[in-house]
Amino acid sequence: MLNRRNFLTAAVGVAAATGLAACAKEDDSSSGSTSGGSKAIVLGFSQVGSESGWRSANTDSVKSAAKEAGYTLKFSDAQQKQENQISAIRSYITQGVDVIAFSPVVVTGWDAVLKEAKAKKIPVVLTDRSVETSDESLYVTLVGSDFTDEGRRAGKILEKVIAKAGLKGDVKIAQLEGTTGAAPAIERAKGFKEVMDADHADDWKIVVSQTGDFTRAGGKQVMAAFLQSNPDINVLFAHNDDMGIGAIQAIEAAGKKPGKDILIVTIDGVKDGFIAMSEGKINAIVECNPLLGPQLMEVVQKVKNGETVERWIKTKEGDFMQDQAAAALPTRKY
Amino acid sequence: MTTTPRLRALTQHHLFWPVAVLVVLLLINVPFTPDFFSIKMTDGHLYGSLVSIVLFGSPLILVAVGMTLVIATGGIDLSVGAVVAITGALTCSYISDQSDQGALAGVFLAMGIGLVAAVVCGLWNGFLVARMGIQPIIATLIIMVAGRGVAQLITDGQIITINSEPYKLIGGGYWLTLPFSIFVVAAVVAVTVALTRKTALGLLVESVGGNAEASRLVGIRSRRIKIMCYVFCALCAGIAGLMISSNTSAADGNNAGLWIELDAILAVVIGGTSLLGGRFSIGGTVVGALVIQTLTTTIYTIGVPTQTNLVFKAAVVIVVCLLQSPKFRAKVFGNKFGPGKRTKGGDTTSTAPADAAPTTTAAPKMEVS
Repeated sequence: MLNRRNFLTAAVGVAAATGLAACAKEDDSSSGSTSGGSKAIVLGFSQVGSESGWRSANTDSVKSAAKEAGYTLKFSDAQQKQENQISAIRSYITQGVDVIAFSPVVVTGWDAVLKEAKAKKIPVVLTDRSVETSDESLYVTLVGSDFTDEGRRAGKILEKVIAKAGLKGDVKIAQLEGTTGAAPAIERAKGFKEVMDADHADDWKIVVSQTGDFTRAGGKQVMAAFLQSNPDINVLFAHNDDMGIGAIQAIEAAGKKPGKDILIVTIDGVKDGFIAMSEGKINAIVECNPLLGPQLMEVVQKVKNGETVERWIKTKEGDFMQDQAAAALPTRKY
Repeated sequence: MTTTPRLRALTQHHLFWPVAVLVVLLLINVPFTPDFFSIKMTDGHLYGSLVSIVLFGSPLILVAVGMTLVIATGGIDLSVGAVVAITGALTCSYISDQSDQGALAGVFLAMGIGLVAAVVCGLWNGFLVARMGIQPIIATLIIMVAGRGVAQLITDGQIITINSEPYKLIGGGYWLTLPFSIFVVAAVVAVTVALTRKTALGLLVESVGGNAEASRLVGIRSRRIKIMCYVFCALCAGIAGLMISSNTSAADGNNAGLWIELDAILAVVIGGTSLLGGRFSIGGTVVGALVIQTLTTTIYTIGVPTQTNLVFKAAVVIVVCLLQSPKFRAKVFGNKFGPGKRTKGGDTTSTAPADAAPTTTAAPKMEVS
């Protein structure tokens, strides 16, 4: 079957494919090279992927902030895979960058590669998402949102939404979770549940909860199934706008009115989410601000200078109800 | 226990086990969703779990039908997920550039551009496999890896949202009260079955899959057949890409069709087509794809905890594959559901000569080398 020639061509094919994989997403923007002759700070940044508008805005913010600060940014996109991210971080270690920053795709499994960075004395800054490690000294700081608090804020704003809509009786909540195992999914669910257990143990109930992978298609498909198995759902809590937008389509296909028959609270605040909210289809959005590039560059400078920084630098965020949607829409950048 | 010849014939039919699994999966839903089988009219279209399963399963059916032919030639196509993403990205970005997104001409042109790109991907795969002799798994891996990057380049890493009523029809709209995608799938399946079972094409494909070199020596243009299958597979993936992007009115270069190649291969296998090539069953593949979509829906409706989704799915797939295995059935159920008359030459699957069309049931069995 497998003769020598076939095997050789196959081997060449593998080499070509892996070569493509390796170089396709690497993106050097050596913007700092011109800045005054002094050595520019080299920042290695490993992004999760580009799964949503939120993420693209985050990427753009980091890239433009690095350019403004005059840093050399080595950017790589992990396409939602931890192994890609680990190999990107390893390559930054080998290249000897000054600071490594990354948004961990999942919470666990980083100890080994972070120890390698520590051994080479390269400080690591987490952005947007946190990790669980055995050794707290493996990263310097986290620049990002407090997802648990976002979950709590979603719970609080749902109270307002319910009061405003005049919903009486039991609140039956469907929850669309983010990617299983991802920090925002775990912590947003946790924060939301805290509010629910503390203030609404009797009248609120999560009747169904399932992952929609943070995508529109996922949100739509899961919501369609929810509406079949639990037709009496009257509140939807989606861990991001995109799943909410997908769910809205499923709700409409079921002949119900999103925002009226089913009250919808989502997190993130991407532009399409605000458009849906201004159309009355989403009731409230808890913002999760992706424009943390400038804050990140500030931290990188401090870390490089050896200054001490806080363990967690939180991003500035707001909550939006439906009546604020139209006013806020033009200011949304992402 | 005595079994009547009729029952025996039924259990020996190559579609018996896939259909049985599908029925069981559907029935599992009933205790959790009492009106699972009910279908009612909502806003002028039919609405119900079964409709949802077919609607959301349509792209998978299409991709799996294309994959069946590629697998029948002894190949495999890992690039279909990327082709889905590229097609959706091209089409949606073209439509979003139009001043009038609802204009029919623009939508057709956009779909044309997307499908041409899909065909080009198919030609490239076919060229590498048939002309260059590269192993199919490697040849198609190239587009699988690079294609998603291409899709992201097209969409600039953003999710492109469009607002085009005519485009919405193909994957999310309704026609004659049914989801329009059902008609698309029915048309593609009908054309495929007609081409492969009413003409000699199916026989040629099976022959190439059985032994490409021997087929060439008897005068079959194996390379051309192979290229054709890869192009057809990519075209199916392209149509699926249109459906997926149309269904949410958005092109998501990163997630559209993610892992659909694996689901499609699984659907083909559940449908009773051997990965070694040779005989294939389009009907089996359609049932296989429906089994997978039903399984996904079942996970959502019966409240499997999120963390155990994949384990649950794997467990069901293992059971399905075991039920498909004649050796396993012979061991567990005794002779009742066991293998019938076995063919002598190394034929390890129990599938009867594939598909229903009587004209080809007399086709000689292909030996798998």
